Amino acid sequence: MPYIANTADDRRAMLEAIGCGSVGEMWARAGVSTPPPELARVPEGKSEFEVVRHLRRLAARNAGDLITFLGAGYYDHLIPAVVDELASRAEFSTAYTPYQAEASQGTLQAIYEYQTMICRLTGMPVSNASLYDGGTALFEAMMMAVRVTKRRRAVISEAVSPIFRRMIRCYSTNLDVELVEVPASGDASAQAALLEALTPETACVLVQYPNFFGAIEQWSDFTAAARDRGVLTVCSTYPIALALLKTPGEMGFDVVTGEGQSLGIPLSFGGPYLGFMAVREKLMRKMPGRVVGRAVDHAGRAGFVLTLQAREQHIRREGATSNICSNENLCALRALIYIACLGRQGLIDAARLCAANAVFTRGELLKIRGIEPVGGGAFFNEFAVSLPIDAAEAAGLLIDRGFAAGFPLGRYYPERRNQLLVAVTGRRTREEIKQFAAAMEAVLWN
Amino acid sequence: MELIFDLSRPGRRGSTLPHPEVPVADAIPETMRRSVPAELPELSELDVVRHFTRLSRLNFSVDSHFYPLGSCTMKYNPKFHEKIAALPGFADLHPLLPQLRHGGALTQGALAVIYETQSILADLTGFAECTMQPMAGAHGELTGVMLIAAWHRSRGAAERSVMLIPDAAHGTNPASAAMAGFQCREVATDADGNVDLADLAAKLDEKVAGLMLTCPNTLGLFDPNVATITRMVHEAGGLAYCDGANFNAIVGRVRPGDLGFDVMHVNLHKSFSTPHGGGGPGAGPVAVKPELVPFLPVSRVAKRADGTYSLEYDFPESIGYIAPFYGNFGVILKAYAYMLTLGREGFRRVSENAVLNANYVLAKLRDVYPPKYARPCMHECVLSAEKLAGECGVHALDIAKGLIDRGFHPPTMYFPLIVPEALMVEPTETESRETLDGFIAAMLALAEVARQDPASLHSAPVSTPVGRLDETAAARKPVLADL
Ligand SMILES: Cc1ncc(COP(=O)(O)O)c(C=O)c1O
Repeated sequence: MPYIANTADDRRAMLEAIGCGSVGEMWARAGVSTPPPELARVPEGKSEFEVVRHLRRLAARNAGDLITFLGAGYYDHLIPAVVDELASRAEFSTAYTPYQAEASQGTLQAIYEYQTMICRLTGMPVSNASLYDGGTALFEAMMMAVRVTKRRRAVISEAVSPIFRRMIRCYSTNLDVELVEVPASGDASAQAALLEALTPETACVLVQYPNFFGAIEQWSDFTAAARDRGVLTVCSTYPIALALLKTPGEMGFDVVTGEGQSLGIPLSFGGPYLGFMAVREKLMRKMPGRVVGRAVDHAGRAGFVLTLQAREQHIRREGATSNICSNENLCALRALIYIACLGRQGLIDAARLCAANAVFTRGELLKIRGIEPVGGGAFFNEFAVSLPIDAAEAAGLLIDRGFAAGFPLGRYYPERRNQLLVAVTGRRTREEIKQFAAAMEAVLWN
Repeated sequence: MELIFDLSRPGRRGSTLPHPEVPVADAIPETMRRSVPAELPELSELDVVRHFTRLSRLNFSVDSHFYPLGSCTMKYNPKFHEKIAALPGFADLHPLLPQLRHGGALTQGALAVIYETQSILADLTGFAECTMQPMAGAHGELTGVMLIAAWHRSRGAAERSVMLIPDAAHGTNPASAAMAGFQCREVATDADGNVDLADLAAKLDEKVAGLMLTCPNTLGLFDPNVATITRMVHEAGGLAYCDGANFNAIVGRVRPGDLGFDVMHVNLHKSFSTPHGGGGPGAGPVAVKPELVPFLPVSRVAKRADGTYSLEYDFPESIGYIAPFYGNFGVILKAYAYMLTLGREGFRRVSENAVLNANYVLAKLRDVYPPKYARPCMHECVLSAEKLAGECGVHALDIAKGLIDRGFHPPTMYFPLIVPEALMVEPTETESRETLDGFIAAMLALAEVARQDPASLHSAPVSTPVGRLDETAAARKPVLADL
């Protein structure tokens, strides 16, 4: 049998050692006496080679060869081979949560380095060890704010990823929390309207930077005004962009969360991804999720341990700051290795490459008759344009020409039917961008 | 112990990137730019490789050590699964492709993987349908109890706000119930390690929405009254949730759906052999009975009459979106490969050998580490160091640390909370008898050392890069990053 070491002899000897004459008797003594189920829908076992053949065939039934301008928070960035190689070392991948610190210093130190990296990137003092994804991280931030402020109202900008917002709506169903969504305008978050929504009952305000439409906005005055009203400010961000942008920490946010997929994690049809969270010092003991800290042994040697565990479910049970147990550790490790490979300048170069490609792509698209910009603000590697036809229809036609053209915003914002959200990473060549613009023009006007 | 940041040297470069082929215009205004670059390390690629190779060697892992961490099912993770997850047709697939017009046609292979995994899992667990979306066990619990809440609400019974949870339960159970807005009420364990039926009966009132029960339970025991318990819950108007973290004990042999449970989660990173990743990523799919199907999260993956697959969203009673997309697809893919390799007969052998291995360890160690509940176990045995602690002041923690010096990852300690000095050993089916014999010998030798030289165990481990770390001091003045 696959992956089972016991031979028939072993089994006989072991059954004897436990005082059972048969496997049936073993089950019966353990309390299981019902007949085994039929399992009609479970197939017969196959060899590794047959399974690989089958899965290769299925992989080939996915469109892996589209030239993509599709992002919406999830990007096809370049990933150096070192990331795969190191993160797939079995000493990392086949260990579990580092409860036994002495036997897990590798994982613990990597988490500590990851936390440091997130802090330095976001400009915040404290990071946890990871959450499931960007959406759950934003929800957890909201609930932390509700606990800390003892207020039960959360204001969220419609320029926050609709993918995250619908998750937050779902999780809030049974909770005594009022969610208020404030409409965006053009590609902007409508800060004035957001501020107006911050009533004395408001626990927190959730925004995104750069926002879902790609726009980079200045939030410093906003966070100061929110602070005056006792409202915690939460920013969901895009880590690669932070190589170039003013940090959320510098702009005064209390909590920074985000989807870390862009840091060396493959798209993999939706996961596994990486939720990150960084907070101000005052929120350190209110934060959800695991966290690693420095510690010293009796001989004065420095090491790392899981710490502040009194917040967590295995100690605090229903009073825990979150139910999370297994997190996305290996994805956090990938993010750390990715950043280490690129390095201080390499990450800036990677971000500049994306930004330059995006500026070029937008310029090429805006040359096409009938394509108009949406908003006029600064952007990083993603931007919205307005097409003369339904953007979903255009995207459909461009698939036939070999392009994933971008995200049709009408899918989430019915009033934006003609708007297409276009993302460009360092993977795109000048030639591909030119071909894309030509195909777009052909689709619109031929 | 050098941090990666300490290795940095100004001007050193790692991976090279393509040169921009388009004009590099700084379109980002000065006021929005970072004032100083992030203090990230500057390293050569070899520096990075050496550093992480060195760190990896500081870990115990399944591939390097016996890792009988109870409740976590640290079985062998087949290597070819990694190659499958890395196939470009899967790894490079954008989750929003199906949202483009005609996009569903572009992801038929991925949707087939999800659908077929759902279908096999539903049969193995004995339920009508599954959602593959939850991203870990605890996330599955949250999803499951939200389904229970939605069911009560649909019947106008929103006042049912209490979740019953046995005192032996894993901490995620009450934490998940609380996150879904429930109050938790504890149910006692009886003298045999089963749910105390009298206590359960006393606590089942019109406020109760349901019960979360681990099956087999967290003591590694099969509660013979499960069918009675689920019936009692139903008669009181509640639903029964099965925490399936221990599914490895019964997979192919018992289906929780047949025992009266209404909803269950399974940890793919436990029973279905996907690597634990040092603490994730996992996956915690949820299986449900027909009455809960309308409430399942969207999207749902369906198979059309023509054999193609689709994503369906039109379920007005659905609880909504619990994940950004379709779950941890990369993890689901590995579990699917595992299911296809094992097949029906393979799964029967999994549970059979998991239970055999655990009972073998129990039989050899029960005199020295007497379990609180002395009866044959399922896939794990909860031993206790209480006797040793009384006799020579050596605790479960000391035995665990002594095991590290002997080259074994320790069992789970001090869980479940109702067993004093608990050492929860889960060998899994993939370990050989020789490995178990080696572990048993080490456990017996440690008990001997405990009697002869207890001090030596109090200062274990001595073979690791660091000894016991001062966790109290670490938590009092936390240093969580080098800034
Ligand atoms: C009994 C039990 N329930 C639930 C969980 C939570 O699972 P996860 O860590 O995947 O969230 C665990 C994990 O250890 C467990 O042992």
